Amino acid sequence: MIPAAFDYARPSSLGDAVEALTDAGEDAKVLAGGQSLLPLLRLRLAYPTVLIDLGRVPELQGIADEGDHIRIGAMATHDDVVRSPLVNAACPLIALATATVADPAVRHRGTFGGALAHADPAGDLPAVALALDCVFLTRSASEGREIPAAEFFVDYLETAMDPGEILVAVKVPKLGAGWGYHYEKFHRTAQSWATVGVAAAVHRDDGTIQDVKVALTNMGSTPVRAGAVETAVRGLDPHDATSLAAACDQADQGTSPPADLHAQPDYRRHLARVLTRRAIRRAADLEPG
Amino acid sequence: MTEQLTREPATGEVGRARRRKEDARLITGRTQWTDNIHLPGMLHVAFLRSPMAHAKILRVDTSAARGLPGVVAVYSGEDFAAEQGSLPCAWPVSDDCVIPEHPPMAVSRVRYPGEAVACVVATDRYRAADALEAIEVDYEPLPAVLDMTGALTDAAPKVHESGNKAFTWKFAGGDIDAALQDAPVVVERTYVQQRLIPSAMEPRAVVATTDGDSFTLYSATQIPHILRVMAALTTGIPEHKLRVIAPDVGGGFGSKLQVTAEEILALLITRRLGRPVKWTESRSEGNLTVHHGRDQLQRITVAADRDGRLRGLKVDLLADMGAYLMLVTPGVPVLGAFMYNAIYKMDAYDFTCTGVFTTKMPTDAYRGAGRPEATFAIERIMDELAAELGLDPLDLRRRNWIAHEEFPYTTIAGLTYDSGNYEAATAKAMELFGYEELRAEQAARREAGDPVQLGIGVSTYTEMCGLAPSRVLGALAYSAGGWEHASVRMLPTGAVEVVTGTSPHGQGHVTSWSQIVADALGVPFEAVTVLHGDTAVSHKGMDTYGSRSLVVGGVAVLRACEKVKEKARRLAAHMLEAAAEDIEFDAGSFRVKGTSAAKSIQELAFAAFAAHNLPDGFEPRLDADATFDPENFSYPHGTHLCAVEVDTETGMSKIRSYVAVDDVGNVVNPLIVEGQVHGGLAQGIAQALYEEAVYDGEGNLLTTTMADYLLPTALDLPDFITDRTETPATTNPLGVKGVGEAGTIASTPAVVNAIVDALRPYGVTDVRMPCTPERVWRAIHGSSS
Ligand SMILES: Cc1cc2nc3c(=O)[nH]c(=O)nc-3n(C[C@H](O)[C@H](O)[C@H](O)COP(=O)(O)OP(=O)(O)OC[C@H]3O[C@@H](n4cnc5c(N)ncnc54)[C@H](O)[C@@H]3O)c2cc1C
Repeated sequence: MIPAAFDYARPSSLGDAVEALTDAGEDAKVLAGGQSLLPLLRLRLAYPTVLIDLGRVPELQGIADEGDHIRIGAMATHDDVVRSPLVNAACPLIALATATVADPAVRHRGTFGGALAHADPAGDLPAVALALDCVFLTRSASEGREIPAAEFFVDYLETAMDPGEILVAVKVPKLGAGWGYHYEKFHRTAQSWATVGVAAAVHRDDGTIQDVKVALTNMGSTPVRAGAVETAVRGLDPHDATSLAAACDQADQGTSPPADLHAQPDYRRHLARVLTRRAIRRAADLEPG
Repeated sequence: MTEQLTREPATGEVGRARRRKEDARLITGRTQWTDNIHLPGMLHVAFLRSPMAHAKILRVDTSAARGLPGVVAVYSGEDFAAEQGSLPCAWPVSDDCVIPEHPPMAVSRVRYPGEAVACVVATDRYRAADALEAIEVDYEPLPAVLDMTGALTDAAPKVHESGNKAFTWKFAGGDIDAALQDAPVVVERTYVQQRLIPSAMEPRAVVATTDGDSFTLYSATQIPHILRVMAALTTGIPEHKLRVIAPDVGGGFGSKLQVTAEEILALLITRRLGRPVKWTESRSEGNLTVHHGRDQLQRITVAADRDGRLRGLKVDLLADMGAYLMLVTPGVPVLGAFMYNAIYKMDAYDFTCTGVFTTKMPTDAYRGAGRPEATFAIERIMDELAAELGLDPLDLRRRNWIAHEEFPYTTIAGLTYDSGNYEAATAKAMELFGYEELRAEQAARREAGDPVQLGIGVSTYTEMCGLAPSRVLGALAYSAGGWEHASVRMLPTGAVEVVTGTSPHGQGHVTSWSQIVADALGVPFEAVTVLHGDTAVSHKGMDTYGSRSLVVGGVAVLRACEKVKEKARRLAAHMLEAAAEDIEFDAGSFRVKGTSAAKSIQELAFAAFAAHNLPDGFEPRLDADATFDPENFSYPHGTHLCAVEVDTETGMSKIRSYVAVDDVGNVVNPLIVEGQVHGGLAQGIAQALYEEAVYDGEGNLLTTTMADYLLPTALDLPDFITDRTETPATTNPLGVKGVGEAGTIASTPAVVNAIVDALRPYGVTDVRMPCTPERVWRAIHGSSS
C-alpha cells in the first residue's frame, strides 16, 4: 500500500528538530529508522501531516562511556548497538536482545531510540530497558527531562513523553562484575516478533543468586517487571531446580497478556513461567533446564 | 545444504548440473517485471475493496473522488455491468456443478472481503490511492458464511441463490461395503487442510494498452496462452486482436494460474480510455485477493486386516470453494481423488467430494493442487493405522505398496502407474536418515522422560503430474487439453532458437531446454536460446502448471529437434550424394557411413537458408514444430523421513533432520531439480508448521500481513539431505516425471507424522495444522483453545 501525502523536514540540530516538532503541532511525527512508522503510513493507519527526519541530528548519534553508565544515542541503529564493543562489554544484555530483533535489513535501519519511543510491548528492547533500570533523556522546546524506565512506558504504544518531546538518548547503568545476562525470546520463526520474551540479569555470589532483574516482553500493554520472581529468586541456589521453578511460577503475576493469532493469554502465562526459569538459569550460566 | 552425490557425472548436456542461464540477469536486476513496464501516457489503477465478507451494495458514490487532483476516471461495478462478463471457470467437474456469475467488479453484492467494488484511474499510484478514500459505499451487511459443515445445513444463509453446494463428485472402485464389513481394524479420522495464501515473491501486476484496434495485456501470469483465450471470451475483444505477454514472472505456485478480475478490468479500462493502465497489488491486497489454496475437511476411513493389509479406503471430502468458482477451483479436490490410494494396493476405494460456497476468497490451484491434501490424509492415517496395529510405519507401508516387479500397475483409482521403485527409495532414505539409530534415541528419550521428545515422520508419497493427456482431461470435464508445443529453428549462423509453449516463472526452462537441444542436435549449450511467454511469439501453448513443463513441453522440444534432424539428414544426403539411410548422425555431424564425407549441422543450417541446392520439395530453413500430448500422467514418488524434536514444555517443534529421496525419473539438470525439491520442502513444511489464512467470526481476513501470515525463511529450516533414485518414466522419450510439486506434496505429512509420533506417549493422535507451539502444547496437556 502507499501512504497519503505528507510534508518532510530534515533538521540538522536538536534545537531545530524540537522547534520543527513544536511548530508542526499535533499531527507531526518524528521519523527515526522508519521500520515501525512507515508500515503504519503505508497501511494508512497513521496520517501525519509532517515527518521530521532525525537522521541528521548530531546530538542523537553515538554510543559513549560516561562512567557508571553508557549513553546510547536515540539514533544509534540496532546494528550499531549489536556491534558496539562498549555495549557488549558493559551492558551485554542490550546487545543480546538487539541481535534477536528482526533481520539484518531492519537492524540496519531501525534505531534503539525508535524502538523504545514506539513502546511496542512486543518489541524486545522495552523489557530490557525496564529490567536494567535505564534512564530516558528527552528534550522539548521548554525543557530537558530524565525519565526512569519504570515511568517511561505508560500504555500500549504510549510513553511518558509529550507530543513535543524527543528522545535524545538512553542511559544504561553498568551493573559491574559478577552479573550474567540472558534474553530468552520465544517466537515462531527466526524473524518474527516475540510471542513472549524474558530479559534477565543475575548476580551470583557464593553459589547463591544475590540479585536479579527480570522483565517480560509481550505480557501486557507495556513491558512488565517480574517483581514477584525477583523477590522469590534472591538468595536461591540456582542449582536448586525445584525452588527456582517454584519461584518462576510467579512470573505471570501482575501481567495481562494479549490474545492474538500466535497465542492465547493462558498459554502466554505458561510460557512466561517456563521462559523466566530458562532465562534465569542461562543468565546464571547453567543449562536452560 | 547437502546433496549426496551417488551418481556418475553425465557425459552429455542432459544430466549436467548446469548453472541457470537465467540467473545472471535475474540476480543483477536486469529484469522486466510487469511493474517495471512504463508506457507513455500510462495511468494507474487502484481498487476499492469490500471491507465486508457479505453485503448488498446499496449505493456507490464516486462523485467526490472524480474531482480530486490527478484523477482521470472513477468507476463502480455499475459502470462495467454491461460489458464485464463473468470470470471463467474452465472445470465444471460434474453435471450438477453450479457456476455462479462472477462479475470482475461487484455490482449489487459482495461475497468475500476484498472483492473489488470500485476503482480509481489516476496519473500516479499515490493519487489513485488517495482518491479511493473519497468514494462512498453504502452496504447492507448480510451474514457471513464461514464454516463448510454449517453452510450445507438448510438454515444457513445463502452465498448464492442456488444455495451453498457447488457440486458433488463421486468415484468408486471395488466393493467398499464388502471391504469395510467385518474388517478386523477400522481407523477413521478427520483432517483439516487449512487455507493457505500462495505467496509468490513477485506480487501480481497488470499493464494493459491499446492502439485503438488491438490490445496488449502484460501480466504476471503463468498462463499467457490460456489467459488470451479466456480474456477474449470474457471481454469480447477478438482473440486475434489480443496479445498477452508474461514478462519476467517471479513465482506463481498456481496463484498465477488464473484469469483475474484485475486483468479483465485493466483491459476494459484501457478500452474505455484509450490509454495504457497499470495495476500492481500490495502484499496486503494480495493476501486478501490472490486465490487461496487448500481448505478442505477430510473424513477418511481405512479398513485393514490384522497383519496390516489394506482392504478399503473411504474418503468424504468437503472442499471450500470460497465465494465463486474460478479457473480450476472445482478441479483441485477432484484431481486429489486419484491420489488417496497413493502407492498402496487395496480391494476397494470410495470417494465423495462436495464443493461448498462460503464468503471467503475463492480457492484454486496451489502447489500440488489436490495431491498434497490427498497425500497428507493417506500418509497421516497410515501412521495411525500402524500405531493401532503396533507396526513400524514403514513396515505397514511395505506390506501394502506396489512392488517394483508389479509395474505397470493399475490402481484402484483407475490410473496406470508406469514405473516406480518404492523399495529402493525407502532403503536409501532409511540409510541416509539413520532410521534405526533415531528410533533407538527416541526410545531412550521416552524411557528417560526427557522433556524434549523425538518423533520420526514418514511419507512414502507418489503423485500424478505432467498435466496431462488431453483425452483424460476431457473425460474429467476440463475444458481444454494438456498437449504442449515447441518450435526449434536452426538460424543461418548455426545458433538455435527454440519457442516453447510453456511459460516459465522461475523454473529455469531456458536452461533445461538448452540442454535437451544441445544433446539432440549436437550444438553447444550456449548456442541455444529459448523464447516464451508472449502469444505473438509463441503461437501455441498450454503454459506452466501441474509439473507439466518438462514432461510435456520438454518432450515437444525433443520431438521438434528430431524433426529438424531428419530434415538435416535429408539435406546432408542430398549434398553428399548418398541415401538418407546411409547418413549417420553423431555430435552435430552428418556423415556418410564408413566414409569421412560429412556435413556439420551448422553447414546444413546455412545451406537450408541459402536454398541454392535443396532436394525437390524441401522447404528452406532447418526448422520444425512439434506438439506432444502425453498418453498418461507421470508418477514421481519417493520416501521422505523427518525427525522432529518437540519441547513438551513449550510445544515448540524443531526439525532436526530431513531426508528426501525422490524419484523423478531421468534428470535433465540436477541443480534445478535440487532447487525445486528444496523450495517444495520449504513450502510443504510451511503448511505443517507456519501458514494459515485466518478469518474471524465476521468473515474478516486477519492474516493480511507477513507479521500474521508466517512464512519460514532459511533460518527456520534444517539442512535438507536430498538424494534420488532414478526409475525412468516409460511414457515419454525423455523418461522424465516432473519435480515442481513433489517436495510440497511429500513433506507436509512427514512433519506432522513426526510431531504426532513424538507425542504418542502423551496419548496424542493428531495436531491440527499448522502445528503451532500453542496447539502442540494444548495437545499434550489435553486442553483446547
Ligand atoms: C519486519 C520487521 C520486523 C521487526 N521485528 C522486530 C522484533 O523482532 N523485535 C523488535 O523489538 N522490533 C522489531 N521490529 C521493529 C524495529 O525494531 C523498529 O526499528 C523499531 O520498533 C522502531 O525503530 P525505528 O527507528 O524504525 O523507528 P520509527 O519507525 O522511525 O519510529 C517509531 C515511532 O517512534 C517515534 N520515534 C522514533 N524516534 C523517536 C525519538 N528519538 N523521539 C521520539 N519519538 C521517536 C516515531 O515518531 C514513531 O512514532 C521489526 C520491524 C520490522 C519492519
